[in-house]
Amino acid sequence: MSELKLEQINKSFGKKTILSNINLSFSENKIYGLLGRNGAGKSTLLNIIVNRIFADSGMVRIDGENINDNDRKLDLMYLMSEVDLYANGDKLSKILENTEKLYGGFNWELSEKLAKKFEINLDQKYGKLSTGYHSIFKLIIALCVPVKFVILDEPILGLDANHRDLFYSELLQSYSDNPRTFIISTHLIEEVTNIISDVVILDNSRILLAAPVEEILDQAYGIVGPQNEVDDYTKGLNIIGTDKMGNLKTTYVYGNLNDNPVPDTVQISNLDLQKLFVLLTSKNGGNN
Amino acid sequence: MIGLKNMKFKFNDTDPIYLQVANQIEDAIFNGSFLEEEQIPSTTEISKNFHINPATVLKGMNILVNKSLIYKKRGLGMFVSKGAREIIIEHRKELFYDQFVTDFVREAKNLHISEANLLDLIKRGYNK
Repeated sequence: MSELKLEQINKSFGKKTILSNINLSFSENKIYGLLGRNGAGKSTLLNIIVNRIFADSGMVRIDGENINDNDRKLDLMYLMSEVDLYANGDKLSKILENTEKLYGGFNWELSEKLAKKFEINLDQKYGKLSTGYHSIFKLIIALCVPVKFVILDEPILGLDANHRDLFYSELLQSYSDNPRTFIISTHLIEEVTNIISDVVILDNSRILLAAPVEEILDQAYGIVGPQNEVDDYTKGLNIIGTDKMGNLKTTYVYGNLNDNPVPDTVQISNLDLQKLFVLLTSKNGGNN
Repeated sequence: MIGLKNMKFKFNDTDPIYLQVANQIEDAIFNGSFLEEEQIPSTTEISKNFHINPATVLKGMNILVNKSLIYKKRGLGMFVSKGAREIIIEHRKELFYDQFVTDFVREAKNLHISEANLLDLIKRGYNK
């Protein structure tokens, strides 16, 4: 069992707090979605996990061992991010060879298959690629390195709809063939809702939620009906937002409902992950 | 092996995805898209095509295994059980009153349609 654990991570840049007391654990062979608004601290967190930047305090452990300066543990992780680690003049095939040396292995069969599917010519130079193809090339590397934790920071940046579709399919194929842990940060929540099994929501430098998607959606409700009746029914519940159109009111609730009978005029439905995310992370609590 | 083209998955936002996977496969067996003793698409295929976590797909399939609608052939994959369609029909007949008749009568009452009127409408629907 490989487990990745973050303990009391704090990080500031100057006077600005980026991460505040982050405690998280990522277990083996699950696909995690890391969600947060712009500037929530997602990229900083992922960079701390792989030791590219250092936390002010706290610790990242794999199987109990501190990963700081620990090559054996650091080799178990790969972070794909917007940052370009490669020189523009390098040939793609050369970069893949160097990656193999660095990680002590590489799935050449898969990389060839993916290069064909994404129609990318590995004989060209890195600097010649468009934004979308930079992402694609780095995704190919991420899926082909022999690591236990594949960490993808905004993996689909610049990818068109067809390539995103292909990427999700290939990610799932690769995961089925070779189960390992994925941590994916993205703003396109709807596209990954069913792919991820667990979600971590980062908001204002803190962990707002970390739980299985199913468990979270199971307690997220939209309650619609005439204002008075909705207000009566939702009294005392954990209300996270409301919408109103004339006398028709929708109240959003996160948490358990009460045992009160539901009036005939009131309808209860479940929320999707994106709607829940928007409600939980908007400054005004989603009130219109 | 039945191609995924025969599977017309339509997902909604309200039910958990594993239940929807189970329901969609059950529907495909019910309407004859997946025939008895034929293989159904694998967990990975469904996962890849509809972008669903394989564990979720498996959870949906296990519901159908527990209902004896599909079974696993070791090393080959999942197959539709003999008699699966009959099981589904029997089950749906049991649910028919709760799922349809109750709603149907409630709406009729809201519209002030009398019982006699409603029966006439049902006859009309049958003779169409």
